[in-house]
Amino acid sequence: MTAPMSAQRREALFWLAQRASAAALALCVVVHLATMIVAVRGGLSAAEILARTRGSVGWMAFYGVFVLAVAIHAPIGLRTVLAESSGGHRRRLDLALAAFALLLLAAGMRAVVAVTVG
Amino acid sequence: MRAAATRYNDGRARGHAGWWAFLVHRVSGVALAAFLPLHFTVLGEALAGPAALDRLLAWTQHPLVKASEVVLVLLLAVHLTGGLRLLLAEFVAWRAEWQPLLIAVAGGTAALCALLFALNLA
Amino acid sequence: MSTLSVRVWRGGPDIGAGGFETYEVPRLPAQTVLDVVTHIQRRIDSTLAYRFACRVGMCGSCAMTVNGKARWTCRTHVQAVAGDGALEIAPLAHFPVIRDLVTDTRDFSDKWARAKGEFVPTSTRSDPFAAVEPASAARRAIDAAIECIGCGVCYASCDVVGWNPAYLGPAALNRAWTLVNDVRDGARATRLAAIAGDAGCHACHTHQSCSERCPKQLAPTASIAGLKRTTAFAALTGEIK
Repeated sequence: MTAPMSAQRREALFWLAQRASAAALALCVVVHLATMIVAVRGGLSAAEILARTRGSVGWMAFYGVFVLAVAIHAPIGLRTVLAESSGGHRRRLDLALAAFALLLLAAGMRAVVAVTVG
Repeated sequence: MRAAATRYNDGRARGHAGWWAFLVHRVSGVALAAFLPLHFTVLGEALAGPAALDRLLAWTQHPLVKASEVVLVLLLAVHLTGGLRLLLAEFVAWRAEWQPLLIAVAGGTAALCALLFALNLA
Repeated sequence: MSTLSVRVWRGGPDIGAGGFETYEVPRLPAQTVLDVVTHIQRRIDSTLAYRFACRVGMCGSCAMTVNGKARWTCRTHVQAVAGDGALEIAPLAHFPVIRDLVTDTRDFSDKWARAKGEFVPTSTRSDPFAAVEPASAARRAIDAAIECIGCGVCYASCDVVGWNPAYLGPAALNRAWTLVNDVRDGARATRLAAIAGDAGCHACHTHQSCSERCPKQLAPTASIAGLKRTTAFAALTGEIK
């Protein structure tokens, strides 16, 4: 397709990406909440966290997917909130929100590597 | 389109469950988005070894930090349960008569979650 | 006989220059808010401008903001909303005011047209009747939303309409949904493009104020959810470019 995407198509796809990432996050967050409730017993220590996560391919995959879903979901959500507070034009904010998405991705993947690899 | 001045609604038009559910969902979403960069940065300190992470985790002993953690868990849980209600409405079905119950269940489940966390924290 | 203390908004088109005036109205059994407004105009202040037509809950012309909520005044008993004797009547929110309680509905109608809220035929008189199964999911979706008479109460109740001047609003989108589901209609792609985006269904945040206040118990919330789904898949398949 040589013509650029229409604004309507872009908004519809953003909406879909938001809902798809929401569905993924629903599963991730349930696991995360359960993990936190169990893990926080008797205090939080690095040794305890890392003993669970270091060297685990499973946790790496889980947190990797979690971070990716969040990096999609959070910026799109903020985009809507910021646009409504500033007159309704979503397109202008896209650059700033893309930057936020990359920040979350970078910091998040760093955290994943930190707790699973070291 | 003319930008003529019009009157706006005040709080009296907003006192129903669906509106509060929206507000809670929006506030929790923004708060969580603001929290995430901090969360990732703290965890990333494990790259420097467990001692580095422990130094930051020492903050979590402070009662104010513990209280904030409970609030964060509540925000996360309520954003999740509220979000599930929206996914249900948008992809499965929306029935007016289900909404008050769904909102109550969403709120209640989130509160329970935060309570469980708080109990384990103590 | 007791009296009602009624605050009525007077003024317009300049909202800033308008304000509430108070009138004392005799309280009667089974009195509606429309009865109150009519009493004021006929017996107290004949300069009060207001709209009504059928006065039996069929036309939607008498919609106003009563104690902060958009309602049909002919179907609102004073007893139900002003038990303590305090009544506040204002023009509908989100509509420009012509004068006093009379609003300008042109933007509302324009948005209906912008949402492509009209049926586009595909057959001629020489073709046989279209066979539409009444129990089909599409027809049931239409049936649930088709009774809208365009009274504007949902539009006045929707905060997104207030925040986003371009937002087409619940009534226009609800009507578009009935047409998207109509197998006889020929403008699907155009209509889907018209109701997607910043000004369309994606601006809805499920406040549910529209469904909460609709005097015909319709649910624009459900219609808009359907449009979100439909436009998302149309965007994926390239039906919306």
